[in-house]
Amino acid sequence: MDFDLSDEQRMLQDSVRRLLAEQCSFEQRHAMHADPAKAAALWRQFAELGLLGLPFTDADGGFGGGAVETCIVMQELGRALAPLPYFSTVVVCGALLRAAASADVRARLVPAIAAGDLTLAFAHSETQARYDLADVRTTARREGAGWVLDGDKRFVLGGDTAQQLIVSARVGSDIALFLVDAAQPGVSRRGYAMQDGGRCADLRLSALRVADDAMLGEPGAALAAIERATDEAIAALCADSVGAMAQALDLTMEYLKVRKQFGVAIGSFQALQNRAVDMLVATEQARSMALYATMMCGDPDADERRRAISAAKVQVNNSGRFVTQEAVQLHGGIGMTEECQVGHYLRHMTMNDLMFGDTAHHLRRLARAGGLIAA
Amino acid sequence: MDLRFTDEEIAFREEVRAFFRQALPADIRRKAELGQRISKPEMLRWVRILHDKGWATPSWAPEWGGTGWDPVKQYIFKEELHMAPAPEPISFNMNMIGPTLIAFGTEEQKRHFLPKIARMDYWFCQGFSEPGAGSDLAALRTTALREGDHYVVNGQKLWTSTAHHADWCFLLVRTDPAAKKQQGITYLLMDMKSPGVTIRPIVTIDGHHETNEMFLDKVRIPLANLVGEENKGWDCAKYLLGHERSGIARVGVSKMRVRRAKQLAAQVMSEGRPLIEDERFLEKVALFEVELKALEITQMRLISEIGKRDDKLPDPKSSILKIKGTQLQQASAELLMEVAGYSAMEFDPAFVSGLHSDADADEWALTLAPNHYWARHVSIVGGSNEIQRNILAKTVLGL
Repeated sequence: MDFDLSDEQRMLQDSVRRLLAEQCSFEQRHAMHADPAKAAALWRQFAELGLLGLPFTDADGGFGGGAVETCIVMQELGRALAPLPYFSTVVVCGALLRAAASADVRARLVPAIAAGDLTLAFAHSETQARYDLADVRTTARREGAGWVLDGDKRFVLGGDTAQQLIVSARVGSDIALFLVDAAQPGVSRRGYAMQDGGRCADLRLSALRVADDAMLGEPGAALAAIERATDEAIAALCADSVGAMAQALDLTMEYLKVRKQFGVAIGSFQALQNRAVDMLVATEQARSMALYATMMCGDPDADERRRAISAAKVQVNNSGRFVTQEAVQLHGGIGMTEECQVGHYLRHMTMNDLMFGDTAHHLRRLARAGGLIAA
Repeated sequence: MDLRFTDEEIAFREEVRAFFRQALPADIRRKAELGQRISKPEMLRWVRILHDKGWATPSWAPEWGGTGWDPVKQYIFKEELHMAPAPEPISFNMNMIGPTLIAFGTEEQKRHFLPKIARMDYWFCQGFSEPGAGSDLAALRTTALREGDHYVVNGQKLWTSTAHHADWCFLLVRTDPAAKKQQGITYLLMDMKSPGVTIRPIVTIDGHHETNEMFLDKVRIPLANLVGEENKGWDCAKYLLGHERSGIARVGVSKMRVRRAKQLAAQVMSEGRPLIEDERFLEKVALFEVELKALEITQMRLISEIGKRDDKLPDPKSSILKIKGTQLQQASAELLMEVAGYSAMEFDPAFVSGLHSDADADEWALTLAPNHYWARHVSIVGGSNEIQRNILAKTVLGL
C-alpha cells in the first residue's frame, strides 16, 4: 500500500497549482466569466503544459497519464474553481474516446484536443432519464450510407461552446455513440450558465444527418463504454470536490484567525473550533474515498467498480455539502455575499453533488448491489 | 500510489485468519459472536494461546517479545482479531504498561515485569482518573510521600476498570504538591494485594461490572516500583497518547457488527419478508459502510504517513481516527440493535456478563441493547471526543 505521489506526479500537482494561483485568482475568475477570451488564454497554457493530452496514450498523441494524474489536475481545478472545459472535454469525452472510439478516430482527435484546438461535449442526458444512463430516447436510423438522428439532449456540460459532440442515440434496442460536428445543420443549442458559472447546453437534434463513420464503436458496446466513462468521470469529479472543499476549509480557517468579535479572533471560540474540526474530519473522509474512486475507476470488474464509485460519490457529496455549508456558516453574513469567495464553493459543490448521480441515487445503487461488506 | 495490499500482506492476512479459525476456542468465539463479556479465566486462556504463538504483543520492541510487524501488518492483525471475532487482549497490559516500561523502565523492571505482562501472569489495571481529574487528568490529587525506601500513597481513583481482576496497577500520583500541575506527578507500579487498597464495584448502564472505584489508604509502594523519574510521571503517561494508534479506530469491530447485522437481518422478518430485503434498511447499512470504508482508508493513510516519519512521533491527526472511529463503533452497535426490534427488550445482565446461557430467550438479541449503551463510553474514554477536537483545532487547524 502506497499513498505517495511519484516525483513526476508531485511536479504535475505543483505546476498546475502554481499556474492556477497565478492565472485563476478570484478576480481573474470573475473576469473569465465575463470574457471567454480570457479563459481561452488559460486553456492555451493548459495545452502548453501538456495537461490537455494527459489521459491519452503516446500512441494516440497524448502523454500517457492515468486516473491518478487526471485526479491531480481535477483537484487543483476544484480548488481554483477554474472555469475551463477540462472536465467535459478531457475527462468525460476523453474517457469515452478511450472506451469506445477506434484508434483511427483517436489519432485524428487526440492531437487536436492536446493542442487546445478542439473541445468536445458528451450529449447524453435527457429530460426523462434523470440519472439512468440506459434511458435514451434519441434515435438514430439508417438512411442510405449514413444515419439520421432525432431527439432532445439536456444538461450537456460544456455543450454551448464545444466544437464536436459525442451523442448517444438508440439504434433499435441498443444504444450507439456518434461523433457530431456541433455546427452542423440539424443541431440547435441553447447554452446557459450553471449555478457555479460553468457552462451547459440543451440540444435539439432534428433530422441530423451524419456519415456512417460517425458512429464510435459498435452499438451493443456503447452502454458499457458510457458506464465506464461515467465511472471515470465520477472519480475525477470526486477529486474536484475534494479540492473545492479543502479550499473552503482553508479559507474558513484563515477567516477564523482574522475576524474579531468580542475583542478576540473568533477562532478562539470553542463552539467554532469544534465545528471546524468536524469540517476537517469530513474533508479527510472525502479525500480517502476520492483516492479509492481513483484507484477503482479503471477496474475491469464492472460490479466492483460500480460499488466503489457509488460509495465514493456518496461520501464526497455528503462531506462536500457539509463542509461548504459550514464554511458559509462560520463566515457569518459575509459568507452570504457574492464578493466573498466561500459561497462560490458552496455553489460549485452543489453542482458536483447533482452531477452524474446525487447521493440518493448512488446510495440506492450501492444498496441494491449488496453494499461494501459481505454478510 | 497504490491502495491495494501487497501479495505478502494478503498472504499474511490469510495466515492470521487461518490461525484464528483453528486456535480460537469455540466457547470463546461463541461468546464474542453473541456480544457477551468473557471471564478472567477465559481471557487468560486466550491470551496464553496468542502468547504461545508469539502474537500476544505484536507492537512491542522485538527484543521484548514484539513481532516486528510493520504498522500495516499490525493493522491487519487487529482487524482479523476483531472480525474472528476474538477478544482483544487486555489493553492495559499490551498497549499501555508494556510499551511504557519498554520506554521508561529500568533493566530490572523490564526483566521482571515484561514477560509476566505479556503472558498476563500479571493482570494490570490503570489508576489514572480521579473524581476531580477526568479530562483534566493533571488535576489529580492522590498523594505519595517518601518514607524511607517506600512511597506512602493516599487518595481515590475512579474508573479503575478490571481492578477486581488485576494483580497490579500502574498509578499516577502527586509527589510535589508545590509544583505546577503537570510537574510533580509520578508514575508508580502498585501491587493490588498491598494493604490499604479497597475496590468498590461500579455497575455501568449495560448492567455489567467492569469498572470500579479504588481507595488508597496509606498504601506502601517500594521505591523500586518507580517508573522513570520522580516528578516526571506525566512524560510516561503522555508517551502513549498518539502511540498505539494502529487499532484506535477499531474498524474491525464495526465491520464485524455490520456483517452480523446483515446475517441477522436475513433471518428477522419484517412485513412478511426478511428485513434484509427492506430497501430503507439496506440504504442505511450502505451509508454506514461508506463511512467505514472512508475511515479504513483514512487510517491507512495516517499509518503510512507516521511510518515514514523519522521521529516516529505521534501524529495529532490520529485524533481524527478516534473521533470518527468511535462514532462508527457507536453507530454500528445501534444498527445491530435495531435489527432485533422487540427481541432487544429483554434485560438479562447475567447473560451479558457471560455468566449463563438462556436457550428460552432470543439469545442472539440479549446483548444488543446493553452493548449499544456500553458503546457510548468509547467517545468518553481515552480523551473524550471533545478533547480530541481541541487537540485538532490547536495542532492541525492552528486555531
